[in-house]
Amino acid sequence: MEYTFSTEVALRVNGEDHALLLDNRSTLLDVLRERLGLTGAKKGCDHGQCGACTVLVDGRRMNSCLLLAVAQHGRSVTTVEGLAEGDTLHPVQQAFLDHDAYQCGFCTPGQICSAVGALAEARAGRPSAVTDPAEDPPVPLDGPEIRERMSGNLCRCGAYPGIVRAVMEAAS
Amino acid sequence: MKEFAYHRPTDAASAVALLAQSPGARYLAGGTNLVDLMKLGVETPDLLVDLGALPFTTVEPLTDGGLCIGAGVRNSDLAAHPYVRAHHPVLSQALLSGASGQLRNAATVGGNLLQRTRCLYFQDVTKPCNKRLPGTGCPARTGVHRDLAVLGASGHCVATHPSDLAVALAALDATVDTLSATGPRTLSINRLHRLPGNHPDHEHRLLPGELILSVGLPAPAPDTRSGYRKVRDRASFAFALASAAAVLAVEDGRVTHVALALGALAAKPWRATTAEQALLGGPATEAAFGRALDLELTAAEPLPGNGFKVPLARNLATRLLTDLATGEQAPRRETR
Amino acid sequence: MTDPKAALGAPLARLEGRDKVTGRARYANDHTPPGSVFAWPVPATVARGEITAIDDRQALAHPAVLAVLTHLNAPPLAEAEDPTLALLQSPQVAYRGQYVALVVAETLEAARTAAAELRISYRSERHDVVLTDDHPGIYAPELANAGYPADRERGDFDTAFESAEVRTDAVYRIGPLHNHPMEPHAATAVWDGDRLTVYDSCQGGNSVQQTLATLFALPHSQILVISEHVGGGFGSKGTARPQAVLAAMAARTVRRPVKLALPRAQLCAVVGHRAPTVQRVRLAARSDGRLHGVAHEVLTRSSTLSEFVEQAAVPARVMYASPHSRTTHRVVRQDVPAPSWMRAPGECPGMFALESAMDELAQACGLDPIELRLRNEPELEPDSGRPFSSRHLTDCLREGARRFGWYPRDPEPRRRSRGRLLIGSGVAASTYPVYVAPSSAEVRAEADGSFTVLINATDIGTGARTVLAQIAAHVLGVATDRVGVEIGRSDLPPASLAGGSSGTASWGWPVHRAATALREDLARHGEVPAGGLAARAATGAEDLAASRSFARHAFGAQFAEVQVDMDTGETRVRRLLGVFAAGRILNPRTARAQLLGGMIMGQSMALSEHSTLDPEFGDHAERDLASYQVAVHADVTDVQAYWIEEEDPHLNPMGSKGIGELGIVGTAAAITNAVHHATGIRVRDLPATPDVLLGR
Repeated sequence: MEYTFSTEVALRVNGEDHALLLDNRSTLLDVLRERLGLTGAKKGCDHGQCGACTVLVDGRRMNSCLLLAVAQHGRSVTTVEGLAEGDTLHPVQQAFLDHDAYQCGFCTPGQICSAVGALAEARAGRPSAVTDPAEDPPVPLDGPEIRERMSGNLCRCGAYPGIVRAVMEAAS
Repeated sequence: MKEFAYHRPTDAASAVALLAQSPGARYLAGGTNLVDLMKLGVETPDLLVDLGALPFTTVEPLTDGGLCIGAGVRNSDLAAHPYVRAHHPVLSQALLSGASGQLRNAATVGGNLLQRTRCLYFQDVTKPCNKRLPGTGCPARTGVHRDLAVLGASGHCVATHPSDLAVALAALDATVDTLSATGPRTLSINRLHRLPGNHPDHEHRLLPGELILSVGLPAPAPDTRSGYRKVRDRASFAFALASAAAVLAVEDGRVTHVALALGALAAKPWRATTAEQALLGGPATEAAFGRALDLELTAAEPLPGNGFKVPLARNLATRLLTDLATGEQAPRRETR
Repeated sequence: MTDPKAALGAPLARLEGRDKVTGRARYANDHTPPGSVFAWPVPATVARGEITAIDDRQALAHPAVLAVLTHLNAPPLAEAEDPTLALLQSPQVAYRGQYVALVVAETLEAARTAAAELRISYRSERHDVVLTDDHPGIYAPELANAGYPADRERGDFDTAFESAEVRTDAVYRIGPLHNHPMEPHAATAVWDGDRLTVYDSCQGGNSVQQTLATLFALPHSQILVISEHVGGGFGSKGTARPQAVLAAMAARTVRRPVKLALPRAQLCAVVGHRAPTVQRVRLAARSDGRLHGVAHEVLTRSSTLSEFVEQAAVPARVMYASPHSRTTHRVVRQDVPAPSWMRAPGECPGMFALESAMDELAQACGLDPIELRLRNEPELEPDSGRPFSSRHLTDCLREGARRFGWYPRDPEPRRRSRGRLLIGSGVAASTYPVYVAPSSAEVRAEADGSFTVLINATDIGTGARTVLAQIAAHVLGVATDRVGVEIGRSDLPPASLAGGSSGTASWGWPVHRAATALREDLARHGEVPAGGLAARAATGAEDLAASRSFARHAFGAQFAEVQVDMDTGETRVRRLLGVFAAGRILNPRTARAQLLGGMIMGQSMALSEHSTLDPEFGDHAERDLASYQVAVHADVTDVQAYWIEEEDPHLNPMGSKGIGELGIVGTAAAITNAVHHATGIRVRDLPATPDVLLGR
């Protein structure tokens, strides 16, 4: 068995294929930011405690700071940079603009990716801790639902009310 | 984070064989705790064996009404599984009360069971910790321990197990199917984790390199209700100060089946067998539930800063059992 | 948005919004100059002592590791005003977590690994970190933070207190609090010969430029600080912090650009925090609630390196009329990380104590807490005797009561429930002083009809860019979409830092003045010449002194409705409503965000932010965002902010008061007062976590 500390990894990022020789220690977040120049995903805590690094991996929201890049071989990653279609913003991005759903903006890419993931989860009928067990899919996204589902994304500026309004609008 | 080699076997036997060859290896599942601990320097594997290509990723209802849950099933997938939601609400609720949407999408069942304590001293490699470095001492006993154990602790360690899932599984009498170099075996979830005693570094009864393949649930006992409640400082995305998982059946006002597990009170999910024995066959009333919990919690040995966990657990579990007995849904966690 | 006259006061969307929602907005560590390498800092693991040996052989054995900087080899720094910036200059350790080394490597992974492999030996000394009310080291400082006299006495408080018909006497305790902006302190530093460029996460580039010039003994002109976007600061980025200095030191050493982001768990030790306070408040009143005496005595602590005195007794000099008053600050210097500014230093913790005490007095007098405050409304600022430039606290209280539905209110605790939840309401006042600092700005007109505002302001999330465009557009009489704004570079006209809620006033004033001059120039020229036209203006001490004869403060009233689960001790805020009077609101959209954000941070402080200074180790135990719990989405249900129109000619040309900090002042007291109304339990020590309320 040959042991090496780096690995060839294939990643599809925002629709573009990359073949990278990566240090096994590299997290997906650091690869996105420092190798691919995609600095939209932010490092707020580096331990999965703030959500600023949230990206979509095969369509599901995850903390990219806790994912070893080497273990994402063959997966498709969408970052905040990959959400808009040309000049047309993703509806969640547009809703964030319309509802002033940010202040300093540092948590914003993570909030937006998380919201995109959360909307898909609700559409698929996935419950949250506040979902009525009797609820049939898709789960209607009211205030309590959105707040619970978005609680993995901290915002120290306290832009929460605007974010919830934005997600609610994007959900409808 | 130390440099490490990486392998991704496609079958369990290969994974187990890889671990057998390298004592410094670790299995990588969702990584939400392992990668965290590697960054902190608490875990320093020289080889990661990624379980991501193993086939244990499905939830399969069995013909006898039981359930086989692959160890690689993501927490969020298990919580959303229709069978789980319908027959084991306690399991779905426990999973959904833990961590965040992002973490639940990455974390797996097997990894969740083997996550490490969030004791602040354990996580700080510049400080002593008997669990991390046996024999160095436990500063938590006289230090910051508001979140730590009131049951089953020892002079060497007062850590708690942070999992919500494990608490629900304890109440469901789950079993854990494993594979090791000596072959496959099945052990009860209630035997998986160990209390610290003199060896807080021995957290569970798995052999070195033993791999969790799946978790089995027996068929739900007839006419039972189940639920999970958790208390924490903020309204979401926090570890429990205390939690309770219960499965209860009541007939003519009497308890005909009860399984109760308490979380965040000990180094393992605390199966409240004393309370269960006191309740079985007796009246299903709030007063009886409270007395049973009092009996259970006579074993508590709180530290100066975490005595509140005893009445908290008592009240929380009493309320949960009462609500299950009366058919009350957990009130939706909203404030208006 | 095309009516120019409407520019000021319009809810203009943030100019940089699109950059922020697409990920294009670039923060300090989003810059990667060619050849960049990475640094990782190493904190001390003793609370007091001296480094005796450093073994960096294992760290340096990694081929990717370029350097290990310690006090033995780090570039020497000149002495700066802030002693915590004497980084890697001596073997002395003044607190646990102080930086003792910096590893520089080709990759982030290698830097982190090598940092963990450094072996540093210490001769450790016994440390003193436990704050006790009778600590022998307690002394009376001359000044509290922001230059306030530490002690003020008016009349004879002791006699007033003894002879009072109604008395309250209680001690309120707040532990350390941490700023934790979402962007950790980060810098990217590049040297080009003797010229230094630093992309820094800071609240004021000129302040950082000045400090770096001092430390590296360079002229200002050779240092460029860029902070185009900053991921929050809340005071912790107010002056240069270690990241800028360390990145510049490392870049100079390895002759490569260096990126450095301070790890989250290290922030508590090195970027300042809100110092803990022990506050005794005594109120003496007549039975009708009229105050006869107020004593607010504050004990706080600072590090051995520097004296920082959280000015928590200062708001008691502003708030309520009373003939007798004593406001004092005492401090003890311990082997702890250096505290510094955190959102509304002084007012935030001080008003928790004072407004809790007012609630206790209302209860003691059998008075409605709003009525109590109305009865104690002063004519003049109590401490100084100066007239207020404007003060609309009573309007805020009345308007808030109306909007919140305060009345009718049964003052008796523990009377309202919903299921097993106890419900209660509480009120508290807010106040924050008007600060303004000298700044300069340029406004340019281009031949194509566009305008540009140039000023080294910093937008830490406040909406600074946007409001400065509005001010210029308003003066120039053009639509805001014709005005561009360049901020966040120290080669722009120098400006003050984003702190003390002073940004809009300090920056808007010279922008207003330059735009006015440009407008007059344009009127003379008829049309803009091909090369454009520019006007530059500055404010100076004489501008700022003009209104010193007035006491200038913003005020507000905050209302909270809480529910407390007595089975579990969980408190949740059902509603939070604030009404503020802060001069003219220049952009309701961004102003509301500031006020709401402050209130939410205040709620977080009241209910979940908890930090312990570990007696054995001398560090803050809860250093990460899992253990130091700030409010999440689920905590924040219904928060509303309103304001009343306030005309005040004694402020600045825009007529505005600062709003960045006002929102956090009073929130915690409103919430714990509501907890008392719900449960009968008076929470005097924050936060009000389940253990505090359970079983009482």
